[in-house]
Amino acid sequence: MILGTLAKITGPVVVADGMTGIKMYDVVRVGLVGLMGEVIRLEGDLATIQVYEDTSGLKIGEPVESTDGPLMLELGPGLLSSIYDGIQRPLPVIAEQTASDFIARGTVVAALDHEKVWEFTPTVEVGQEVTGGDCIGTVPESATILHKVMVPPRMSGKVTKVISAGSYIVDEVLVVLDDKHEIRMSQWWPVREGRPYVRKLDPTTPFLTGMRILDTFFPIALGGNAIIPGGFGTGKTVTQQSLAKWADVDIIVYVGCGERGNEMTEVLTEFPELEDPRTGNPLMERTVLVANTSNMPVAAREASIYTGVTLAEYYRDMGYSVAMMADSTSRWGEALREVSGRLEEMPGEEGYPAYLATRLAAFYERSGRVRPLGSEDRVGSVTMVGAVSPPGGDMSEPMTQNSLRVTGAFWALDTSLAHRRHFPAISWTKSYTLFLGQVRTWYEGEVADDWAETRERAMFLLQKETELQEIVQLVGPDALPETEKIILEVARMLREDFLQQFAFDDVDAYCPPKKSYWLLKTILTFDEAATQAMSRGVSLRQILQLPLRDEIAKLKTTPHEEALARMQELSKEIADDIAGIEVL
Amino acid sequence: MSPETLLGRSLLSVEYKTVSYITGPLVFVENVHGVAYNEMVALTLPDGSERSGQVLEVAGSTAVIQVFEGTRGIDVDVTRVRFLDEVAKIDVSPDLLGRVLNGTGKPIDGGAPVIPEQRLDITGSPINPYMREQPADFIETGISAIDGLSTLVRGQKLPIFSGSGLPANELAAQIIRQASVKSGEEFAIVFGAMGITHREAAYFMQQFESTGALERVVFFLNVADDPTVERLLTPKAALTVAEYLAFEKDMQVLVVLSDMTNYCEALREVSTAREEVPGRRGFPGYMYTDLSTIYERAGRIKGRKGSVTQLPILSMPDDDITHPIPDLTGYITEGQIVLSRHLHRRGVYPPIDVLPCLSRLMNLGIGEGKTREDHRAVANQMYAAYAQGRDLRRLVAIVGEEALSDTDRRYLHFADAFEKHIIGQGDTGRTIEETLSISWEIMSELPMAELKRVRDFIDKYHPTAGGQAEA
Repeated sequence: MILGTLAKITGPVVVADGMTGIKMYDVVRVGLVGLMGEVIRLEGDLATIQVYEDTSGLKIGEPVESTDGPLMLELGPGLLSSIYDGIQRPLPVIAEQTASDFIARGTVVAALDHEKVWEFTPTVEVGQEVTGGDCIGTVPESATILHKVMVPPRMSGKVTKVISAGSYIVDEVLVVLDDKHEIRMSQWWPVREGRPYVRKLDPTTPFLTGMRILDTFFPIALGGNAIIPGGFGTGKTVTQQSLAKWADVDIIVYVGCGERGNEMTEVLTEFPELEDPRTGNPLMERTVLVANTSNMPVAAREASIYTGVTLAEYYRDMGYSVAMMADSTSRWGEALREVSGRLEEMPGEEGYPAYLATRLAAFYERSGRVRPLGSEDRVGSVTMVGAVSPPGGDMSEPMTQNSLRVTGAFWALDTSLAHRRHFPAISWTKSYTLFLGQVRTWYEGEVADDWAETRERAMFLLQKETELQEIVQLVGPDALPETEKIILEVARMLREDFLQQFAFDDVDAYCPPKKSYWLLKTILTFDEAATQAMSRGVSLRQILQLPLRDEIAKLKTTPHEEALARMQELSKEIADDIAGIEVL
Repeated sequence: MSPETLLGRSLLSVEYKTVSYITGPLVFVENVHGVAYNEMVALTLPDGSERSGQVLEVAGSTAVIQVFEGTRGIDVDVTRVRFLDEVAKIDVSPDLLGRVLNGTGKPIDGGAPVIPEQRLDITGSPINPYMREQPADFIETGISAIDGLSTLVRGQKLPIFSGSGLPANELAAQIIRQASVKSGEEFAIVFGAMGITHREAAYFMQQFESTGALERVVFFLNVADDPTVERLLTPKAALTVAEYLAFEKDMQVLVVLSDMTNYCEALREVSTAREEVPGRRGFPGYMYTDLSTIYERAGRIKGRKGSVTQLPILSMPDDDITHPIPDLTGYITEGQIVLSRHLHRRGVYPPIDVLPCLSRLMNLGIGEGKTREDHRAVANQMYAAYAQGRDLRRLVAIVGEEALSDTDRRYLHFADAFEKHIIGQGDTGRTIEETLSISWEIMSELPMAELKRVRDFIDKYHPTAGGQAEA
C-alpha cells in the first residue's frame, strides 16, 4: 500500500507527494476523512488526483492512501431497481447509514446488499470445463429477469466444487475451479475498461421506443446509438424519460449526469408506479438509476457515465438487450473541461480538452449488439441515447459536433417547436438516422410491406410543407393553388395527429409500431383520395367540410386495439366519402 | 494577552506576516502550515482595520486567499494574516427573521446581535436525491401569466430573466406580496441582494415595510458599491438560512436572489485574477457547477414539512438569452420567466413574454384538487392560440390584414386581447379562478372548431356555449 501526503489543493483537484509506485487511474483515499479520488496525472512521485467529493477543509500534509486498484464496480444480483451515485454508492443506504437528508463526505457503503439471500440454481457440474462468460448458475433477480451468474472474463478451468441449489448471500463461494479460483455471485470490473466480448454483430432489429416520430421516421437499431441535442426547455429530459419508460428492451440504465435533483425524484416517484407495457411489472424492476445531480461533486459526474455503461455491459453479457440513457453528456464534457482546466492543460475548442473527441468516441463505441463471451450462444446489446445540451442551443459547439461524428442518429430538438408546444419537439427537417437500411427488412416483415414507401411519402409531404411555408410567409396562403393548399392541410394533419404525441396521456404515451404505421397510412389515404377528387374538380372546401379530419385526430388517443380495428375501416370510409363528393 | 486568545481555537492560530503578492482580490501568503482548503481568514491591515477572506488554493507552503472586502490598503510588509481553522459559516436562529444582514451574514440594521442557535457551513451539502420529496403544491402568485401558463410550485426554482430597465424587481416584489398556498401558510422570505443599487434596495425595503412583510423577511444586503467578492458568499449564506428555516423550523421559505448576473461577474473577476483558463465570454469553466450549488438548494425533503422555493432574478446582458449566464441558469433551473422589452415599451405590465416561459413542474401543481380540472387544457389552448396569433402578426406586416381569412383575423385579435387582459393585468392580484375565467372569456372569441385542446371542457366553462346548453 502506498501512503503519501497532500501537497496542493485547488478545488476538486489535489496533488499528493510521495506516491511512488501508484498507477494511473488508481483509486486513493484522500485526507483524514478518507475522500475517494482517482489518479489522473503522474509526475515523479507527485500524483495529481481528482477527488469525487468536496475538498473543503482538507489540509496540506494530510495522508493520501492508495487502494491498489482502479475504480471498480461490484456487479451481481441486486443492481436492478437500485439508485446509485456516480461511483456506485447506493443513495438510500447512504441516507440510512448517515441518518441525514444530505450527502455527507467520506461515506463508504457497499454497492450490493451483502446480507440479502438469493435463490441460486447451479447449471454446471463438477469436472466441467468453463471459461470466462460461461453461466454457472441462475438467480431470479426480478419477476422477469433471470440473473446469470457468469465466470468473470479472463478466468477459466475445470470445476472442482459446486454448491447445491439453495439460498445464499452474494459473498458465498458458489464454484471452485481447479486453479483454486473461487467464483461468487458478484464480481468486480473496472469502469473505464469495456467488458470483453467475442465479436460485434450487425444491428438489424429496431430499438422500438413507442414514439411515433422516432419509430417511423428516425429509427435506430438495438445496439445502435443516438444523440438528442436541444437547448433548455425543448424537452430533452421528457424524451429521455419517455424512452426509459417505453423502450422495448429488457433492462434500462438511466444516468442522470449533472442534472436536476427534482428530476431524479420524478423518476424515483414515477417508475415504481408505472407498469412495463410488456410484462406488467413495475418499470423500476428493470431499471438501474445512476444519479449524480449537478451540485454533487464534479469528478464523480465524470465517472458516472462510465459507471452506467459498465452496468449496461454486464447485463448485455447475460444476453439481454439493454438501453442506456445519459442525461446529459454535455455535463460530462463540462466536468472533463473543468478538471482539464484545473490541470492547466492547453485548451482546445471552447476550452474543452483536445482529447474530448477521443473520449467521446471510446464511450459511444461501447454500445453495440454483440456475441458475449462464453460457450453458450447468446446475443446481447447495449443501445445508447445521449442527451446533449448545447450552450445557447447552438449545435456547432464541440460536444454536439464530436458526438455526431461517432453516433448513428441525430434526434434534433427544436426550440421553435417547443415554443409552439409541439411535443416531442424533434425536428423532422434536421434529424437523421443511419440505421434505416439495417432495420428496413424488419419493418417490412413485421409491420407492412409498404412501410418504407409510406414513410417516404409522408416525409416528402412534410418537406414540401416547409418549402411552401416559405412562400406563404411572403405572399400569403391565398396565392397558392388548391393542389398545394391540400399539401399544407395534410402536412398539418401529419404534424398534429401523427407527430405530436402527449407523453402524459395514458394511451398516447406509448404507440406500437403497427398503430404508427396505420395512422400514417390513414392520413395518406386521405391525401390520396383528396388529390384524386380535386383532379375531378372538387374544391378543397368541400373536402374539408367532411367530418373525417376530426375522426383521424381522435385516433391517437384511442386505445391501441380499438384504434387498429377502426383505422382499417376508416381508410375505406375516407376513400368512399371523398369519392362520393359531387362536383359543384 | 486578550481574553479572546485564551479561547482554545484562537490560541492555536498563528499570525503570518508573510504576504508576498497581491493581485485584484487575491493575496498570496508564504510559509504557512496546516492551512485547509476553503478555510476562512482574517487579515489585519497596517491601519488596524480587519478584513476577511477565504483560502482558494494551497500549494506546499503557499496559500492563495480571496479577500471579500477588496485588497485596497493591504501591503506585503505589515499586514497580518490569521487562519481561523473553519470554513465559511453563519450563525442561524429564527430571530434572523426581520433582520437586515450584510452580504456575509452580519447584522447591519443596528439591532441587537443575533444569538445563534446553530452555526452552519454556508457551502451546504447536496440533498440526497433519494431523500427528496417531489414538489406538488401550487403557489398562487396572483399573476395570470405565471399562474395560468407557467405555474410556480412549492420547492421549485424558477428564475426571472430580465434585462436592464425592465421591471423585474417590481414583479419580484409583487410576487413576494401576493404569493400564497392553498393551505394558507405564510411564506418566510429570504432575500439575497447582490450588487443591486441603493435605490433598488430601498425600493424592496419600502415594499416590505408598507405591506408589513418585514417581520418575515431575512434581508441579505450587498449593494453595488460593496466589495464585489463578498457577493460570492451572499447567495450561499442566504440559502443556508433558508434551508435552516425550512428543514429545521418547518417553514415555507421563498428565496429571492437579485441579481445573479452580478454574482457571475464576481466569479469571473476572481477567476481572471487567478489566471484560470477562461470559458465562454471569459466566465470560468466551472460556472455551471458553481451555479448548480446555488440553484439546487431548493426543494422539499421526505418527512419534513418545510420547503425552499427559489426565485432568482438575472439580467440578460443585451437581452441575449444565449448569454452564458441565462443559458447555464436555464439548464439548471426548472423553467424560466422571461420579460420582454417589446411588451414593456408598449406599456404592458408585467411584461412577461409567455412564449419562451416555462415551468417544468407545472403539471405537478395543477389540475383537479390543486387548481382546476381544465387548467392544463386551457394553458395549452391559450399558448397555442397566442403563438399562432403572433405568427400572423408577422404575416400581416407583409400582406396586410385584408388578405387574412376570418379565422386568422380572430387569432390576430386573440393575441391582442391576450396581451391586454391576461398578461397586462397591472399591479393587482388575481386568484387562479379569475385567471381561468378571463382565459375562457377571451378564448370564446375564437371559432368553436379551433378550440381543439379544451374540447372536453367547453360545455362546462365556455361562456357562450355553456349558456346555449342550458337554454
